[in-house]
Amino acid sequence: MIEVWNSLRRLTAARIGLKRTGASLATGPLLDFQLAHARARDAVHAPLDAARLAADVDGFGLLVLEVASAVVDQQHYLMRPDLGRRLAPEAEAMLTPYAGRYDAAFVISGGLSARAVQTHAAPVLAAVLPALRADGCTIAPLVIVARGRVAIGDRVAAALHADGVAMLIGERPGLTAPDSMGAYLTWQPSAQTTDAERNCISNIRPDGIGYADAGFKIVHILRAMRTRRLSGVQLKDDSDQLLIGKD
Amino acid sequence: MYRATIANSRYAFGDLKDLLAKATPLRSGDALAGLAAESREQQVAAQFALADLPLATFLNEAVVAYESDEVTRLIIDTHDKAAFAVVRHLTVGGLRDYLLSDEATTEILASLAPGLTPEMAAAVVKISRLQDLMVMAAKCSVVTRFRNTLGLPGRLSARLQPNHPTDDARGIAASILDGLLLGSGDAVIGINPATDSPERCATLLSMLAEIIGKLEIPTQSCVLAHVTTTLDLIGKGSAVDLVFQSIAGTQAANKSFGIDLALLRQAREAALSLRRGPVGDNVMYFETGQGSALSANAHHGVDQQTLEARAYAVARAFKPLLVNSVVGFIGPEYLYDGKQITRAGLEDHCCGKLMGVPMGVDVCYTNHAEADQDDADALLALLVASGVNFVMGVPGADDIMLGYQSTSFHDALAMRDLFGRKPAPEFEAWLERQGLLDSANRIRPRDLPGTFRALLPP
Repeated sequence: MIEVWNSLRRLTAARIGLKRTGASLATGPLLDFQLAHARARDAVHAPLDAARLAADVDGFGLLVLEVASAVVDQQHYLMRPDLGRRLAPEAEAMLTPYAGRYDAAFVISGGLSARAVQTHAAPVLAAVLPALRADGCTIAPLVIVARGRVAIGDRVAAALHADGVAMLIGERPGLTAPDSMGAYLTWQPSAQTTDAERNCISNIRPDGIGYADAGFKIVHILRAMRTRRLSGVQLKDDSDQLLIGKD
Repeated sequence: MYRATIANSRYAFGDLKDLLAKATPLRSGDALAGLAAESREQQVAAQFALADLPLATFLNEAVVAYESDEVTRLIIDTHDKAAFAVVRHLTVGGLRDYLLSDEATTEILASLAPGLTPEMAAAVVKISRLQDLMVMAAKCSVVTRFRNTLGLPGRLSARLQPNHPTDDARGIAASILDGLLLGSGDAVIGINPATDSPERCATLLSMLAEIIGKLEIPTQSCVLAHVTTTLDLIGKGSAVDLVFQSIAGTQAANKSFGIDLALLRQAREAALSLRRGPVGDNVMYFETGQGSALSANAHHGVDQQTLEARAYAVARAFKPLLVNSVVGFIGPEYLYDGKQITRAGLEDHCCGKLMGVPMGVDVCYTNHAEADQDDADALLALLVASGVNFVMGVPGADDIMLGYQSTSFHDALAMRDLFGRKPAPEFEAWLERQGLLDSANRIRPRDLPGTFRALLPP
């Protein structure tokens, strides 16, 4: 059995074949779990280094703007999602001068794992931006939002007059993956937009959906959104078929 | 207007939903919505007023308007007056006393279920302690069938949840192998796909059908995609056992999920037309959770526990095989810590059972909640003592795709041993045929059964 589990563990990061005593976990896997949980708890409270992120995306040919949500600290962020969806009072005024006619806007927020966007946002943008530009897409300034929720991307898109918005945000840290990024894509968002009108690509990280595949999916969905002028459950993500065709 | 006087303080509650909200034991989601009681005394005053409320009030005053909400219309239009007759003269407090009495047997509670509206069940729960929630729920029995029989007395089933962050078929198969060896999977083998891509869901469905077929497992499969995706796949000939959907307690919240009742009806009929369940025709699998309506800004000023009960009214209209509250998944803004999650889990299970819904609970927490394994252990044990139909079985309690902690194969096993619960009978017989039971009939895998080699990658 030991050899079987050793080979199966190469196929998944799931905690399979754990050593058992009676019906219960043996001491080793029990403490492994406690360590992973301790690390994930620490990740939730780590802050986003916006200056470093701005430096990482320097050279992508986009102006970078930094604004904040209406939330004051991370504890407040956890308890008040409503304020995390709203821009701080001064943020709108900061964005308005940059309003234009854009096909797409990219918005980045640390969410529940600053480490996720700190690490993965720049490589995904590097995969996405050239393809969109080749389509002739106009792209709004990149906006980094301190302590924003997914829907704050809607407010940013509205302020900048962008048709499509891609929100890159740190997902809830899991035990195995404390650094997973999500991309939420929405066509012509407004204050009335519901989550059913969004397309989501979850689990973006090298051991999940890698940068190239994530970039391919984002570009594919943004194109489909522009063509069909909608997003969400009515717009199925059929990019897998295309990914298979690409190989 | 509803009133209560405590000593020299007079309390007034504007309407039924205000009374229900103020009577609810504190949780962060109701505070977030601005609905929570402002003091402990106000909460108990509301509980006194609620306890004196005649049950008939719930048939005359809707918490969400009948005209604008199809869930309210479903609740009122399908209310079974004959079933209600036995309690129609009672108040909410009287109903609590009745449900706990020796008179209210398993059979009587089953026949009462269609007479209880979700708001009545929610109201009783608000004036009950955890122990009451356990005692009432334990008397309820809701049995459902598809390829096996779930919810029988003395049984505890587990959904095998073998998620993988990229839906890798071999990685998923490895988790399924582990779960089956430890006796999980009698409720369903259910995969949350990483994306809603129809191609990928079709691949996963055929993989599950192949595993269940090759190993002749008396269980059902499910890929938990959006109902529209599953409907399309049924149309294209995929092997769909169960149709999954997340549901909520208001029309607007369901709209935010991209569904309405007509769509669920259509999906159920499509699944029934496949005739894949040899033992029964419960073909729906629903998930719910307190706070989902508020999260979609579709709560209409109603507290989250009442809205959760309304989601069970949606569920029971479609005769589901499985319904589970994913109680700690939503996060600390709705259920702040282990204490709030524990109470919500027992409330949901009790409400669902009183309403005749085959309740399971995903005992879980996220890494941004103030909770840990000790909290999960406590809630799991309380639920098993309450007779929960099923719980989750996730490898090592760590869902590597959804990024939260649920219960593990080992947890389900330990609870079966501790409380003397067995898997679904057909599945238990299958485990025995595979040689996975020891001489004391406990699930104790030693070697890999020969047939399981079909699950190993080439």
